[in-house]
Amino acid sequence: MNQFRMNVMVCGGTGCMASDSDKVIQNFEKLIKEYEYDKEVQIVKTGCFGFCEQGPIVKIEPDNVFYVRVHPEDVEEIVKEHIIKGRKVDRLLYQEPIKHEKIEQHKKMPFYKKQLRIALRNCGLINPEDIYEYIAFGGYEALGKVITSMTPMEVIETVKKSGLRGRGGGGFPTGLKWEYTRKFDSNTKYIICNADEGDPGAFMDRSILEGDPHSVIEAMAIGGYAIGAEEGIVYIRAEYPLAIERLSIAIRQARELGLLGKNIFGSDFHFNIRLKYGAGAFVCGEETALINSVEGKRGEPRNKPPYPAEKGYWDRPTCVNNVETFANIPPIILKGSDWFSSIGTENSKGTKVFALAGKVNNVGLVEVPMGTTLREIIYDVGGGIVGNHKFKAVQTGGPSGGVITEKDLDTPIDYEHLMEIGSMMGSGGMIVMDETNCMVNIAKFYLEFIMEESCGRCTPCRIGTKRLHEFLSKITKGKATMEDLDALKQLSYMIKDGSLCGLGQTAPNPVLSTLEYFWDEYLAHVKDKHCPTGECKVLAKYSISKEKCVGCTACAKVCPVDCISGKVKETHVIDQSRCIKCGACFDACNFNAVIKP
Amino acid sequence: MQIKSIEELKKIREKSMKKVMLREHGQEDADQIEVLVGMATCGIASGARETLNAIVDEVSKEGLENVKVIQVGCIGHCHSEPIVQVNMPGQKPILYGKVNSQKGREIVQKHIKGGNPLKEFIIDATFDRA
Repeated sequence: MNQFRMNVMVCGGTGCMASDSDKVIQNFEKLIKEYEYDKEVQIVKTGCFGFCEQGPIVKIEPDNVFYVRVHPEDVEEIVKEHIIKGRKVDRLLYQEPIKHEKIEQHKKMPFYKKQLRIALRNCGLINPEDIYEYIAFGGYEALGKVITSMTPMEVIETVKKSGLRGRGGGGFPTGLKWEYTRKFDSNTKYIICNADEGDPGAFMDRSILEGDPHSVIEAMAIGGYAIGAEEGIVYIRAEYPLAIERLSIAIRQARELGLLGKNIFGSDFHFNIRLKYGAGAFVCGEETALINSVEGKRGEPRNKPPYPAEKGYWDRPTCVNNVETFANIPPIILKGSDWFSSIGTENSKGTKVFALAGKVNNVGLVEVPMGTTLREIIYDVGGGIVGNHKFKAVQTGGPSGGVITEKDLDTPIDYEHLMEIGSMMGSGGMIVMDETNCMVNIAKFYLEFIMEESCGRCTPCRIGTKRLHEFLSKITKGKATMEDLDALKQLSYMIKDGSLCGLGQTAPNPVLSTLEYFWDEYLAHVKDKHCPTGECKVLAKYSISKEKCVGCTACAKVCPVDCISGKVKETHVIDQSRCIKCGACFDACNFNAVIKP
Repeated sequence: MQIKSIEELKKIREKSMKKVMLREHGQEDADQIEVLVGMATCGIASGARETLNAIVDEVSKEGLENVKVIQVGCIGHCHSEPIVQVNMPGQKPILYGKVNSQKGREIVQKHIKGGNPLKEFIIDATFDRA
């Protein structure tokens, strides 16, 4: 084996791949070879670093220099300057958005400072396609420890004591779930990894599977040992091709080394894992629907009880855990439950991974201790709101959650506190909205998603969500009445109470929480036929300010329907009857003379 | 190959450690011994690359986990290139001049591992080092 003196770590997550990181890797490989450095410098394709906004990311070790937005054509400069001459390429260093300082070490960036990476511990650090790298960082030691020195009940006790709760959103204590599944007597039991990540804006499960697939495999084997299952199934959506590929490679490698299969670590414990592809239906994240789908039936939920712990896959005791939950297991086994429970809040232990998206500067994947406040996540880790706009709200928990406004920004995040302020943890999607976002429109967006994803089994959800969406469309078009608003609210509660599964029961949440916090905005749409943010196109009315217009003709030039008239150096006028409200004039005007809405 | 015991896993782990050691060190800054190798044009021209590789090789052979070998720019004593600076925690940095690969290996053995600086190669630097 060659001894490399330098590692070039390039992010190979989906986000960075989409901005040509595979090309960056190819260029590095080609140039390193050309300069005959290929025996000294190793190129490593890693999982997601989390700093997706700044991708593609290239980190150089041991110098600990972190380059951002590296395009394929920048590679030559990095090779010539940094790798050959040891000089940093200044222009590719991360520039902090508030103070505009250049920062070269990732630990010093505000984005990483407040983070604590447990589930994401190996993402961005190892090559996910090389089992030996995972082993080098302590991989499979937890499995070895469990099999050779612990009884299944001791494993369950450790997980229970750690306080780990389900990271899929429900927050059910993981150890308890394992204990229930162990309790039911059966020759055959199953452990299922729920990798059906469907929340709009959430991508933590995908990133873990892409960046550190072995941690999930190891944890599933540990779980299998604890509950008495010999078969594990990963239910993964087919839309995640890269995660599927890396997971398949990882399973193959684990089998080759005997870490999956018969007599693991020389014991009489056998365990194997197979993949089951889902077609990507939101409801299949719900465990009973998921189990139906794994059995090859329609992905429809059923009533609980009986819970899957008693009657799950083919009516056998089955334990379903989320990807992120599993990723926490090996560190808990190795470092102990006390270590884990020392992190977080009273009832929510450990860390949580959030997919930070929307109008924040540092869009990306972040992992923070439970109890961190929303303000810290949005302003310190997230770097604040894009373009110095004003913060308006943040949607947590996806469609099942709700919006949180300025007044609750200092709430420490954990399962209980989020419920208290009318939202929820969910899978951890976090979409930040600023003053330019119309909240009625946001509610409409979520309802459109829910409406399309409803499995159709029960009427309140199938028809109710469609009606909700119709009401919201009417409001955004300025055609709704006050009676419609009442009906909207009433229907919301009926769907909540009457639906069969979590999808329907939480479907009206975006409506109810926006109604509560942004009632004024609904009123403006209904009474004044006016959208305060201008996002609802039908209601938008563009006009030109007589005082500010200098007659530069820029607006008239871009108008696609030629409805703006006026001579050079004279005030221009928009013909409202012909305006299609595309907003092109608003974007084109350099004098703030176009008024929106 | 099949892993049949936790000892076998640990053996594989030790072997694999070498491959990722550089990264582990990049992550942690406490109690690190830093070996800086001047890799400006003058350094490279006088063979700093060979020196660097020799030091990395020696550190790895000895399995020294708390040593981080970093290439840096011009250290400023062009007449004595290749230059190697050793930073031990809590001690004043020591600057070596004209370090070929053989001397590089000696520095690792005697200074870093043994704790005895190689007096004859130390440059008598007058600046107060960083």
